[in-house]
Amino acid sequence: MDNLLVLWQAPTLTLQLLIDGVLVGAIYCLPAYGMALVWGVMKIINVAQGDFVMLGGYVALYVSYAGIHPMFGVPVAAAVLFVFGWIVYQLVIRHIVDRDLFVSVLATFGISIVLQQLANQLFSANVETAEANLGSTYLFGSTIVVGNIKLVAVAIALVLAVVLFLFLKHSRLGQAIRATAQNPRAARILGIETSQVFAMTYALNAAICGAAGALVVQIWIIHPYIGLTYTIRAFMIVVVAGLGNIAGVVLAGLGLGAAEQFASFLLGAEYQAAFVFSLLVVILLWRSQMLARRRLYLK
Amino acid sequence: MRALGFAAVAVGAILALAAPFLLPNYVAQFAILWMMVLLALTWDLIGGQMGYNSFGNIVFFGIGCYAAAVVQRSLDVEYFAGLALGGIAGLVLAVAAALVLGSGILRLRGQYFAICTLGLGVAAGELASGWDFIGAGGGMTAPVYPGSPRGAGVFFYYLFLVLAVVCFLTLRALYARRFGLVANAIRDDEDKAEAMGLPTTQYKVAAWMIAAAFLSLAGAAYGHLQGFIDPRDIAFSGETLGVWMVLMAILGGSGTLWGPVVGAIVFDVTQEVFWTYLLGWQRVALGVLIVVIVVFFPQGIIGFLAERWPERFGSRRVSSLLVPDKVS
Repeated sequence: MDNLLVLWQAPTLTLQLLIDGVLVGAIYCLPAYGMALVWGVMKIINVAQGDFVMLGGYVALYVSYAGIHPMFGVPVAAAVLFVFGWIVYQLVIRHIVDRDLFVSVLATFGISIVLQQLANQLFSANVETAEANLGSTYLFGSTIVVGNIKLVAVAIALVLAVVLFLFLKHSRLGQAIRATAQNPRAARILGIETSQVFAMTYALNAAICGAAGALVVQIWIIHPYIGLTYTIRAFMIVVVAGLGNIAGVVLAGLGLGAAEQFASFLLGAEYQAAFVFSLLVVILLWRSQMLARRRLYLK
Repeated sequence: MRALGFAAVAVGAILALAAPFLLPNYVAQFAILWMMVLLALTWDLIGGQMGYNSFGNIVFFGIGCYAAAVVQRSLDVEYFAGLALGGIAGLVLAVAAALVLGSGILRLRGQYFAICTLGLGVAAGELASGWDFIGAGGGMTAPVYPGSPRGAGVFFYYLFLVLAVVCFLTLRALYARRFGLVANAIRDDEDKAEAMGLPTTQYKVAAWMIAAAFLSLAGAAYGHLQGFIDPRDIAFSGETLGVWMVLMAILGGSGTLWGPVVGAIVFDVTQEVFWTYLLGWQRVALGVLIVVIVVFFPQGIIGFLAERWPERFGSRRVSSLLVPDKVS
């Protein structure tokens, strides 16, 4: 906690942490939005979310090994993960769509274990990163350093979010997805092939996660076991924002990113993961308190 | 039929008591087998019978692990006295933790509870690996058993056997009473149970405290058996023991008394026999196994038998994992 005083004495450091947090938080928004999509449309909580992010990171990493700039890994990762998500849907998810929510948690948890252990076997447990070599921007007489890659990543995340929003709003498939989310039975009566919609939604979600992972590997690090933290972050963001609330997802994501940066500065970086998981418990308890209070009023 | 069942239990009891002398080379593996039975049973108390599917029960196991080792370290007493004191300390801590955490977390429903406990388990491991008092990421060593390694194996075998049997009998007694009915009522429809005037949260917390008590004792013994306590791989081993207990209970048939026992034995024996041949791919196989069991075989072994021969099992019980609750 000694670092609290440091923050007070060096306001530029506070600003630095805030900027870093917000930029990182923008990346968190992508898997969170995908999770909300799958949750809203298929009533499935996808615990394998973070592992799709991890896989996307490895795709971008191998793109950079091939001598191509890792930024081109973003579309490649999205495409690969789209196909992968579609396969996972056909193999497993299709059987659990109309089952109890806990079944989806447990089954996707199993998928998550399979993916992280496969990655461990195939890519080894080393911590990897893809160097983007974009340089840095210096602000306020170089007291604040911002990696250009973060700015680019946030721009890409923003573009992706806008494209996704327009796609869901206006395209034929997007409308079918939204109709299915509202009422699957009515959608089916109106001639929408809901199983197709589910497959597309799940694949789309995997593609979003893959793109996010391709950005994560350039800004930060990946390793086979990194998935669960991204799942938990996505879940937290969705719980705070609510389903189908894009503005909420963005705000919660940025807030989470900033909170994490400050926590890891104040408590020490070794507690960052502990902070994320403890925050989840706290947020869920807070939410249940709020719901309980509302119920009391209704009585 | 009744006599047959009694005979089977008697033969099983004799085999269990004689196992260290029949197969002396595998005594440590058999000790772990009884611990698995205990883990599956305690998970099923809250997960199968009450429908509160927890991924975080391993927290209490880890508390027991560390409490016993810390007591041994700080008190200058003889090994067995230290283990007993440590077990008691762990039990008190774990039950208190279950009370405090449970009165908050057990108010969450369904998937929120599941994810929250998942976070809780990982958070506990991360906190333990940052806390210097208990050795941080480097872990702690438990004192060495005073005697031959073989003597240690036999001692821990009987210790785990007794723990598992006491746990089984306690749960059997609970399920036969009002407690079992309330637990199943909570699983089937909690709102209705509450509307009937049942203090559901109190029952849930009580169930978690009972599970925590047995888990902490198992953790204390396991830490001493291993001799070394790693925060993420032994004490708060959500990746292995934490997942296995869920898997074993579902494999055997969640929500039944014998299901977790059968599931634990089948899983543990399969794992011991086959998994060494998988060379590093065990955990991949574990994930595949989870998916396959949850998606295609959620009723479990006992559930499958009960569906096949309902007349032998009295009433028909549908696994809560099979019931569709969503309109699609």
